[in-house]
Amino acid sequence: MTVTTSGTSPAHALPLEVNDLTVSIGDTELLHGISFSLAPGERLGFIGGSGSGKTLTALAVAGLLPEEAEVRGSIRLGDTELVGKPDRELAALRGERIGVVFQEPKTALNPLLRLGHQMTEALALHYSLSRAERKEAALRLAARVGLKDPERIVRAYPHEVSGGQRQRAAIAAAISAQPGLLLADEPTTALDVTVQKGVLQLFRELTEGDDTSLVFITHDLAVLAEVAERVLVFDGGRVIEEGEIAQILEAPVHPITRALIHAAGGEL
Amino acid sequence: MSARRGGTLHHLVRSPRGAFALAVLGLLALTALVSLFWLPGNPNQSNISEAWQSPSPTHWLGTDSSGRDIASRLMAGARVTVLVVLGAAIVSGVIGLALAVVSALGPRRLREPLIILIDVLIAFPTLLLAIMLAAVFGSGLPVVVASVGIGFGVQIARVVRAELRQINAEDFILAAKAAGLSRWAILRMHLLPNTAPVFTVQLSLAMGLAILAEAGLSYLGFGAPPSVPSWGLMLEESQAFISIHPLVVLWPGITITLTVLAFYLLGDALREAMDPRLRFGGRRDGGERNDLGDRSEA
Repeated sequence: MTVTTSGTSPAHALPLEVNDLTVSIGDTELLHGISFSLAPGERLGFIGGSGSGKTLTALAVAGLLPEEAEVRGSIRLGDTELVGKPDRELAALRGERIGVVFQEPKTALNPLLRLGHQMTEALALHYSLSRAERKEAALRLAARVGLKDPERIVRAYPHEVSGGQRQRAAIAAAISAQPGLLLADEPTTALDVTVQKGVLQLFRELTEGDDTSLVFITHDLAVLAEVAERVLVFDGGRVIEEGEIAQILEAPVHPITRALIHAAGGEL
Repeated sequence: MSARRGGTLHHLVRSPRGAFALAVLGLLALTALVSLFWLPGNPNQSNISEAWQSPSPTHWLGTDSSGRDIASRLMAGARVTVLVVLGAAIVSGVIGLALAVVSALGPRRLREPLIILIDVLIAFPTLLLAIMLAAVFGSGLPVVVASVGIGFGVQIARVVRAELRQINAEDFILAAKAAGLSRWAILRMHLLPNTAPVFTVQLSLAMGLAILAEAGLSYLGFGAPPSVPSWGLMLEESQAFISIHPLVVLWPGITITLTVLAFYLLGDALREAMDPRLRFGGRRDGGERNDLGDRSEA
C-alpha cells in the first residue's frame, strides 16, 4: 500500500451534510434537529457550554453514540448515508474516513501498549502492514505530529511521556489512516497554555490543504479563533447561530453568543 | 534504558516475591513429577509398631499414627494438590471469564439475568455445593475441583465484570472504536489485557484457596478417598494428636501454608510484572512526567 510510505492521500476529503439530526436516549431528546454542512477541507468550529450538544453531534457523525441512543435525520459523508448503517459498516469508515481526537490525553491511550503501536492501530487495521512497515509508519507519524525523538517516543508507554506528547500521539493515531474528516473534541482543554499553542498549530498544519476537513469542538472562543474558519454555536441541543468566525466575533446576533464572547474577554 | 526491556516473565523473576513464588511452585511441580516415579517409602503402608517416629534417615520427616512415612505421603500428596489446583484454575478461570465478559458487555437482555445468577451463586456456599455434588456423583477429587471451580469462578466473574465495565468506559476504548476496531478486536486487544492483572490476581487467589478447600473438603470426607494421600487428609488424620505429636501436624500444615502463600505472592508479583506502570516501583496513577519536556517544542 503506497499510503504507508509515500504519504499520498488515499481518500481526499468528502463533503459532510447533516440534516435535521435528532438524538434521543430513552424518553429524553438530546439533540433537536441539527443541520449543517462541511465543505471538503473546511475547518468548522463547534462552540457552546457543557451539555449544549456539540460533543454529541460529533459522536453521532463518527457513529460512536452509546448503543441505546436513537438517531434520526440524515448524516451524509460524500454519497454515503451514515444514519441507520449497521455498526459493522460504520466501523469500516471509522479510522479510515473519519478520525477522532479526544479531550483527555491521559485516558485516551491504552496504558499497556507502546505509543508506536497505538499510533498505527487504525492504519494497521485498514491496510495490512508488515512489522517493519508499521514501525516505519509510526516513526513517520511521530515526526508528522512534531514529536521530538521519535525513536524513543514510539517505544514509550503513555505514562512515560508528557501530556502534550500524549495528545500529539493521540492525534497521530487519529490521522494515521489519513481520514478526510478529523473530529477533535476539546483536544487542547486538558493541556496548559504553552502546550496548547503548539497543538493548535499542529491542527492548522494537518488541515491546511483540501485533503482534510476539521470539526473542532471547544468552549473557548479564543482557541476557536485560532483554528476555525466557520463556527456553529450550540445551546440546549440546538444550533443557535452559524457564520464565519470573523462575523461571529464582530457581530454576534444571539445573546448566548454575545455572552460567550464576553466571557472570552480580553483574550480576543 | 536496558531496564525497560523484557517481558512479563523477566520482570516476574526479578522481583523477590515473584522469584520466591516461582521457586516454591516449581518445587511443588517437581515433587509431584518425581513422586510419580520415586518415593522414599510407600505412602500407604501402615506399620503400627513404627507409629509416631521422629525424623530419621529412614523416615526423613518421621511417621504418622499408623506408622506411614510422612515424607512419602507429603510427596504423593503434591500430586493431588497439583491436580486440584490446575483443575480448579481451569474451571474457575473459564467460568469466571465467560460470565464476566457476557455479563459486562453482552446483549442487554442477557446481562441482567446473569448478574442475578452470579449473585445467587456467590451466596451459595461452596461447601453446600460440594455436599450436593458428592451426594449425586459420590465424593472424590472431581467433586472438589468442580465445586471449588464453580465457587471461585463466580467470585472471579464478579470482580472481573466490574473491572471490564470500568475499562469499557475509558476514552481509549472509544478511541479504539473510533479507529474502526470491531467489538471483538477491542475485547482482545484492549479490554482483556487491561483486566488481565485483576484476573490473574483473582485466579492465583483461587488457586491458593483451592488448596485450602481441598484440605477442608478432604477433612470433611468429601475429597480424596483415604487410599489417596492428600495434605488435607494428613491434617485431618493427625489433628487430634497435635498436643502430643505436634510435628506430625506441622509438616502438612507448613506445606499447605507455604504453597498457598506462594500462589498469593505469585498473583501480586504477576500483576506488577504485567503492568508497565507498576514495574520498578512506579505508581499506577502516577509516574507521570510533567509538561516541561513538551514546552520547549511547543
